[in-house]
Amino acid sequence: MNWIYFRRQFIDRTAYVCAALATLLGLVFLFWILWTTISNGVSAISPKLFTEMTPPPGAEGGLLNALFGSGVMILIAIVVGTPIGLCAGVYLAEHGRHTRLASAVRFVNDILLSAPSIVLGLFVYELVVVPMKHFSGLSGGLALGLILIPVVVRTSDESLRLVPDRMREAAFALGLPRWKVSMQVLFKAAMSGIVTGALLGVARISGETAPLLFTALNNQFWSSDLNGPLANLPVVIFQYAMSPYDTWQSLAWAGALILTTFVLVLNLVVRLFANRRVFK
Amino acid sequence: MDTTDPSKPQAGPSGDPDVTDRRADTELGIAGTTMRTRGVWPERLFHAFTGGAAWFVLLILLAVTYSMASGGWLAFKTFGFAFVTSDKWDVVNGQFGALVPIYGTLVTSAIALIIAVPISIGIALFLTEIAPAWTRQPIAMAIELLAAVPSIIYGMWGLFMFAPFMATHIEPWLNDHLGSVPIIGPLFTGPPIGIGMLTAGIVLGIMVIPFIASVARDVFNAVPASLRESAVALGATRWERLCHVTLPHTRSAIVGAIFLGLGRALGETMAVTFVLGNAHDLSVSLLMPSNSIAAAIANEFTEADTALYRSSLIALAFMLFVVTFIVLSIAKLMLARVERNMGRTH
Repeated sequence: MNWIYFRRQFIDRTAYVCAALATLLGLVFLFWILWTTISNGVSAISPKLFTEMTPPPGAEGGLLNALFGSGVMILIAIVVGTPIGLCAGVYLAEHGRHTRLASAVRFVNDILLSAPSIVLGLFVYELVVVPMKHFSGLSGGLALGLILIPVVVRTSDESLRLVPDRMREAAFALGLPRWKVSMQVLFKAAMSGIVTGALLGVARISGETAPLLFTALNNQFWSSDLNGPLANLPVVIFQYAMSPYDTWQSLAWAGALILTTFVLVLNLVVRLFANRRVFK
Repeated sequence: MDTTDPSKPQAGPSGDPDVTDRRADTELGIAGTTMRTRGVWPERLFHAFTGGAAWFVLLILLAVTYSMASGGWLAFKTFGFAFVTSDKWDVVNGQFGALVPIYGTLVTSAIALIIAVPISIGIALFLTEIAPAWTRQPIAMAIELLAAVPSIIYGMWGLFMFAPFMATHIEPWLNDHLGSVPIIGPLFTGPPIGIGMLTAGIVLGIMVIPFIASVARDVFNAVPASLRESAVALGATRWERLCHVTLPHTRSAIVGAIFLGLGRALGETMAVTFVLGNAHDLSVSLLMPSNSIAAAIANEFTEADTALYRSSLIALAFMLFVVTFIVLSIAKLMLARVERNMGRTH
């Protein structure tokens, strides 16, 4: 037992304590953030949130129009984003595989997956809002769809490639054309992965704020007009949280609690479900 | 987020996965479409749709780049190179120089990485070596949830909880203890108001931890057992194993993960907008409010009333997009190299 031995042991132990502390720190931040949202949000939760519109400064109100607007835009995003993403995923996994186009698409797709969403929002502004000359719920939905596409492409590509080749071979041996093989055999086999990916994508876009700032903008009143500005939860939270009014701030916390609960529960359920499927 | 196994092609019992996969391609793919089924319209339609969607993904990237470049052209043409070097952001007189937001973006991202990298590697080490087996899954999931929390929630937490915490506990301490140190002193002087580059950087750091940690954990897990065991046999402590075996072996993946985190940090908008203070002054002190590219766009775009103002903001977005594209490309190339290597060693 010399001092070098002790020194090495000491460094080893210290490193391990530091690693444990780093993990603890990560968990502390998670629970601090969740606790902040819950403790501030719970006191602001009331049935009125779901029955009344966003109020003018100083007055009481709810978030009904914002929740509705967010729901509509997420639906648009799913309707626009999922088919395109799924088709591209099928191309990558079935037709392209190792072609140059496929690797280029995978590369670009992975970059779009992490690209700044605010730039995508500006892009939709230039593409849709400027020609239409006004902000609209439609453009907000398109912006969210644009963010959803890369998520769906990646997960559908990966889950389709997980389907064993003998399934394809068996289907081809029956004389099925490619599209039937994809639609009736491979989709069924890869369905849980594809749905998991799409739901995680939905969880992600429902919290996106930046791209909505200059596409859907916001609307204080009830509106179901996709051609005009549409209220939505993230932007309402942003505006109300930054405002000096108490009633607005507590509404922002209520909205934050609803949003966080929705996103985290969706994430947890999907992940637990997906894990169980993998273990089977 | 898994960068390892699930996406791997299924390797046949006889070895190299790449070769079997490519063979399967020619048999199932190219022959299938060209020989037997050409001319059958649903088949053509299906091929056209899927191929079109794949091109569409490429098109998005090109269209975004083009649209930002053309939108920002007016600003680039008017100010030339001074757009990047001038710190004058004068809305009233139509003078726009982007130095402050660029500087703020770079500084906050740098702080984020300084904080996130060691913590992420610590988390990966804890999850692969130390934690009891039954706790690994839940802890890993909790860390991944950090990535799922919407950024606007980070922003609210940062503004209402973390910034006051920094202002009352951390920043006065930094003022007292580091403020008078010769070279780095000026970084830590200034009023402890809680809102500023340091706070924004830390919040960003917390946000990118899950991205770096999850890649690091995956590659730590994928270090071949033979390497690990050799180190153990030589009598290396676990720390020495990390420094001399695990980290060198996974170096390019870790660098890739760091670049991935950097790409995320550069473009992060809402959290930064809340805690950065939206100030267009250049200051050395990390405790002072500043601005970032994304925050400037988020705060000012809907208020931009002149064509030049809007164009300047879009020019900022163009630069942000190009820089994140480069950073994320590096990340992707580094990670792709690792995936290929791991395919071979398995």
